[in-house]
Amino acid sequence: MASISDPQSQQDSFRLSMLLNDTRYRGLTFQFIALILIIFVMAYLGMNLVSNLATAGLTFSYDFLGDPAGYDINQALISYTSQSTHLRAAFVGVINTLLVALFGCITATIIGVTAGVLRLSKNWLVAKLMAVYVEAFRNVPVLIWILIIGTIVTISGANPRAFLTRGGSVEPESEMLFGAFAFTNRGFYSPAVNLGPGWIIVLLALIAGIVGALLWRRHMRKTLYASGKLLPGWPTWIILIAPVVIAQLVLGSLSLSMPDVESNNFNIQGGTVIGKPFIALWLALSVYTGAFIAENVRAGILAVSKGQTEAAAALGLRPRRVMNLVILPQALRVIIPPLISQYLNLTKNSSLAIAVGYADITATLGGITLNQTGKALECVLLLMLFYLIISLAISAIMNVYNASVALKER
Amino acid sequence: MSDTHAESVAYVRETFVGEQPPPAQETGALIWLRKNLFSNWFYSILTLLALYVIYVLLSGFLPWLLGGVWDASSIRECREIAGEGAAGGCFAVLSERWNQLLFGFSYPSEAYWRPTLALVLLAVAAAPVLFPKVPRALLIVTLIYPFAAYYLIWGGTILISVMALLGVIVGYIVYSRLVDRGFALGFFAGVAAAIIVWQIGGFIAAAAPNVLALTEIPSRDMGGFMLNLILGVVCVSLSLPIGIVLALGRQSSLPIIKWICVVFIEFIRGVPLITLLFVANVVLAYFLPPGTNFDLILRVIIMITMFASAYIAEVIRGGLAALPRGQYEGAESLGLDYAQSMRLIILPQALKISIPGIVNVAVGLFKDTTLVSIISMFDLVGMIRGPILASQDWNGVYWELYGFAAFLFFIVCYGISQYSQWLERQLATDHR
Repeated sequence: MASISDPQSQQDSFRLSMLLNDTRYRGLTFQFIALILIIFVMAYLGMNLVSNLATAGLTFSYDFLGDPAGYDINQALISYTSQSTHLRAAFVGVINTLLVALFGCITATIIGVTAGVLRLSKNWLVAKLMAVYVEAFRNVPVLIWILIIGTIVTISGANPRAFLTRGGSVEPESEMLFGAFAFTNRGFYSPAVNLGPGWIIVLLALIAGIVGALLWRRHMRKTLYASGKLLPGWPTWIILIAPVVIAQLVLGSLSLSMPDVESNNFNIQGGTVIGKPFIALWLALSVYTGAFIAENVRAGILAVSKGQTEAAAALGLRPRRVMNLVILPQALRVIIPPLISQYLNLTKNSSLAIAVGYADITATLGGITLNQTGKALECVLLLMLFYLIISLAISAIMNVYNASVALKER
Repeated sequence: MSDTHAESVAYVRETFVGEQPPPAQETGALIWLRKNLFSNWFYSILTLLALYVIYVLLSGFLPWLLGGVWDASSIRECREIAGEGAAGGCFAVLSERWNQLLFGFSYPSEAYWRPTLALVLLAVAAAPVLFPKVPRALLIVTLIYPFAAYYLIWGGTILISVMALLGVIVGYIVYSRLVDRGFALGFFAGVAAAIIVWQIGGFIAAAAPNVLALTEIPSRDMGGFMLNLILGVVCVSLSLPIGIVLALGRQSSLPIIKWICVVFIEFIRGVPLITLLFVANVVLAYFLPPGTNFDLILRVIIMITMFASAYIAEVIRGGLAALPRGQYEGAESLGLDYAQSMRLIILPQALKISIPGIVNVAVGLFKDTTLVSIISMFDLVGMIRGPILASQDWNGVYWELYGFAAFLFFIVCYGISQYSQWLERQLATDHR
C-alpha cells in the first residue's frame, strides 16, 4: 500500500508522455523546443547570409571605416574634411545626434512644462489654446512637422549681405541684435568663445563652484534637521558663480569673438554659425515632443490629490513650500518616468534629420557612407548598436531614478 | 390659516415666492468673462496675450484658406489668377494631383474603385469590432475582409483569397475539435491543417489564374495615402496577436522563453524605426534564401509589424501587471490550465486595461508609416516630397501640400483617440 502513494516510486517510473502531460516537466519541454527552434532559425538565417555574401562576392568586415570618406559635412564640431575617414564621419554624426538630442530635450521640457501647466490654468482661453497646441502636434506625424518647420526655417532669414557695412562705408539694411546675433539664410550667427591660456583653471573654478554650492545646500539641510534653524539660500548662488567670475577676471582666458560685418564685402566673418538644418530639426523636435511632455505634466499634477495641498496648508506651510515640499515631489514621481521615455523618443526621432539635411549619425553612417561603400549590413548594424547603447543607458538611468523615488514600503 | 396667534405674529406669508433669477453678480456673459478670463491682473495679461496669438494665427491663416485658388494647372497660373501680392493659397495642386496624393502615381486609374471599395468595406468590417451595439452577424464581414481586401487591392484570381480563407476555416475547425484535449495540441494541429490546405490551394490557384481575375497590380505601384492606410491597418492588426504572445512570454516563468522575449522587445524598442526600415530596404534580402524576391512593401510590413508588436507587448505587460494577484490564483484554484486561465480570466481583463495604451501605439504607428518616404517609397509624404514638389508645375507649393497631409493625418489620429476615450467610458466597470 505504501508503495502506491510513495512519490519516490512514481518518479522512478518515468514515462515519455510525462514530458508533455506532467507540469513538472512540461515547462522544460517547451523551453527545449523553443531553444531548438531559435537555434534552427538563427542557423538558417546565418547560412543564407553566408551564401548570399559569397554569391555577391562581399565580405563582412569593418575595414572600410579606415578609408577616406570623400564627402563634406555641413556641421562638424570636431575637425573634419572630406579626406577624413568614414569612422571620423560617423563620429561627427554621433556628436551631432547627441547635440540635437541634448538641446531638444532641454527646450522640449521647457515648452512641455509651460504648456502642461497652462493647460490646467483657470484661464479658459489659455487652457483651450494649449489644448489646441497639444492636439495639433500629437496627431500629426513628426516627419510632417519636421518638413514644415524645416521649410519655414529654410525660406526665412535675410541674405548675410543685408548685415554688412563694407568697412563702415554703407548703412546696413538690417542691424545685428545687440551687435552680436544675426539670423540669415546661411544660419544663425552668434559670438564664438575663444579658449585662451589658463582656460583649464576657469573650468576647474566652475567645478569648484558647483561642488561648493552643493556642499552649502547639504550644510543647510543638516542644520535644519539638527536645530530647526533655516539658513538663507542666497549664498548658494554666490558660491556657485563667484569662483568662475573671479578666475575669469584675473586670468582673462575666455574671450568672445563677435561676428565681423566690416572686413568682408560678401559674407559675415568669424563668430559661430549655427546651421539651418540644426535649427529646423531642433525646433521641430522640441515643439513636437513638448506636446507629449505637456500631457505627462498635466497628468502628473492631476495625480496629486487636493487633500495633499490642504493638509500641507493645515500644517502651516507657506504656498511656496507647499509646492516644493509636498506637491512637486509627488507629481515628479508620476512625471519623470514618462518624461525620460519622451527624451528617448526625441533621441530616436532625431534620426529623421536626413529629411532636413542635418548630418546626424543616420545621415552620415546610414546614409552617405552606406551608399558609397555598399556595406549595408555593417553600417546598419553599427547604427543600431549606437542607438541601442543610448537607449539602454537612458533606461538604466531611469531605473536608478525609479528605485530612488519609489514609495518606501515596509 | 387660523388666527390663534394673529396678534403675536406681525406678518405671515401665505403664498410661495416665485422662482427668482440668480443674482446678477453670479451669471451672464460678463460675469463668465470676469471669472474665466479676467479674474486678476495676471490672468488678464494672459488673456490679452492669448487673444493676440489667436489674432496673428487667424489673420495669416484665414485669408490663405478662404482666398485660395482651386482651379489652375501650375503654380504660375495660380499666381496669375490670384493677382499680385495675394494672400490666398494655391490649392489647385490638391485638385489637380488629387488621385496621385491618394493612390500614388502608378496605380492604374481605371482601378481606383478597388481600393476605394476596400476602404468602404473596411468601415463595415471594423464596425462590429469597434462598436458593441452593431449586430454580431457583421463579424462574418470582418472575417472575410482581409481576403477580400487583398483581392481588391492587389488583384489576380479570386481563388488565392478563397483558398486562403478556406485554410483559415479548416484550421479553425480542426482546432475547435481538438482543443478539449489540450490547447497546444489543438493549436498546432489547426496550424498544420491550415498549411496543408494553403499548399493544395496554392496549386489550384496557380493552375487556374483567370477565375474571376482582376488586373494584377504589383506592390511597387501602391502609393499615396492608400499606402499609409494599408501599412497602418495591416501592421496594427498583425502586431496585436504577436504583441500578446510576446507579453505573455515576458511574464512567463520559463527562463529561456522569457529571455528570448525580453531580448527581442528591448532590442526593437531601443532602435529607431528608421533603422528597421533600412534593414527592410537593404539588409533583409541577405538573410533570405538566395533567389527569393520579396517585394519591398512586404519587407516593410514585416519590420513595422515587429516594431509595433514590441511596443504593444509592453503595453499589455503593463495590463497584466496591473491585475491583482488574486485573479491568477482564482483561475488556478478553479483548476484551469495555463491556456484556459489566460484565455478566459486574465487576458480579457488585461486587454481591457490596456486599450488606451494600445490605441496610443496604433496612432503612433499610423503616424510612423510616413517614415517609409525616407527609404523612397511613395506614400503621401513621399508623393509630396518626390514627384509633386519636384515637378516643374508645382515647385514651391509647400504649405498647401504639407497642410493637406497634416490635415488628413490629424482627422484620422484625432478620430481614433476620441474613439478610445469613448470606449474607455463604455468599458468602465468601476463605480466612481
